[in-house]
Amino acid sequence: MSETVIPYVVKPHPVTGIPNGKFGIWLFLASEVMLFGALFSSYVLIRTGMPHWPPEGGLASEVLNVPLATLNTAVLITSSITMVLAWASCKMGKLPRFRLWMGATIGLAFAFLVIKYFEYTHKFELGHFPSHDNFYAIYFTLTGLHGLHVIGGIIVNSYLVGPGTKMWATDPEHFTNRVENAGLYWHFVDLVWIFLFPSLYLL
Amino acid sequence: MDAAQHEDVSKHMGKYYVVFVALLCLTAITVGVSYLHLTRPLAITVALAIACIKAGMVAAVFMHLISERKVIYAVLILTALFFIVLLALPNLTTFEHHSGMPGT
Repeated sequence: MSETVIPYVVKPHPVTGIPNGKFGIWLFLASEVMLFGALFSSYVLIRTGMPHWPPEGGLASEVLNVPLATLNTAVLITSSITMVLAWASCKMGKLPRFRLWMGATIGLAFAFLVIKYFEYTHKFELGHFPSHDNFYAIYFTLTGLHGLHVIGGIIVNSYLVGPGTKMWATDPEHFTNRVENAGLYWHFVDLVWIFLFPSLYLL
Repeated sequence: MDAAQHEDVSKHMGKYYVVFVALLCLTAITVGVSYLHLTRPLAITVALAIACIKAGMVAAVFMHLISERKVIYAVLILTALFFIVLLALPNLTTFEHHSGMPGT
């Protein structure tokens, strides 16, 4: 039986000018924009329909933990540059450095989730569950969905730094493309947080 | 990996660090501005303007959009159009409500 080879994983496709994987990840990110866009649009609709936001009074910045969220923003931004450095290390043919930077990216992603865990548990201790009111429903839905994306990134990046690294020995260019695609996704996760942070915590 | 690629990537490293520092500074500015307690429309404008600048830097430099193929731009323009429609939906429903159009 002959081996099936998926075309254009390394070479650019003659129509698009880019490898298929990269085109695929951009289409996926476009669908992600619509997913978060729908929720963001719902947030605007619900918020503008309320006489006060948060409904219980005060300001969002007083109800939510701004210092922790600011720290989390810094953590995600840092993880974005470590991701870029991981990809650049592959491009320069330095696998040990790739391992180092990708490991740092995964570590920072875990740090983000741990900080989020502290934020969530504090809200739960106060009895503020998603069912509490529209404010917490929106807060938990948007940050929860974003958190799931962080977990998704951890899984993909862990595969690349773990068993996926085997590809480096046989096809380093293909492996580098995979890292680039994982990076595009990871930067998108950072990008979503860049909008969620001021919208939910500061305004 | 050939030598040309090495040089190409290492040329951009400085840019990545500059964007990283700029993103951290803009985050600090966003938080700082929120303590000024500006009027609601001004606060929203400033916060979202800074967020757009940050997002633009991440997309242009980290995601390499600044030197990307036309097909990606086409996908993103189409996405942006649909995204604008999505964000406009709340306004459209409000409009229908006030004008008392049928079906509201």
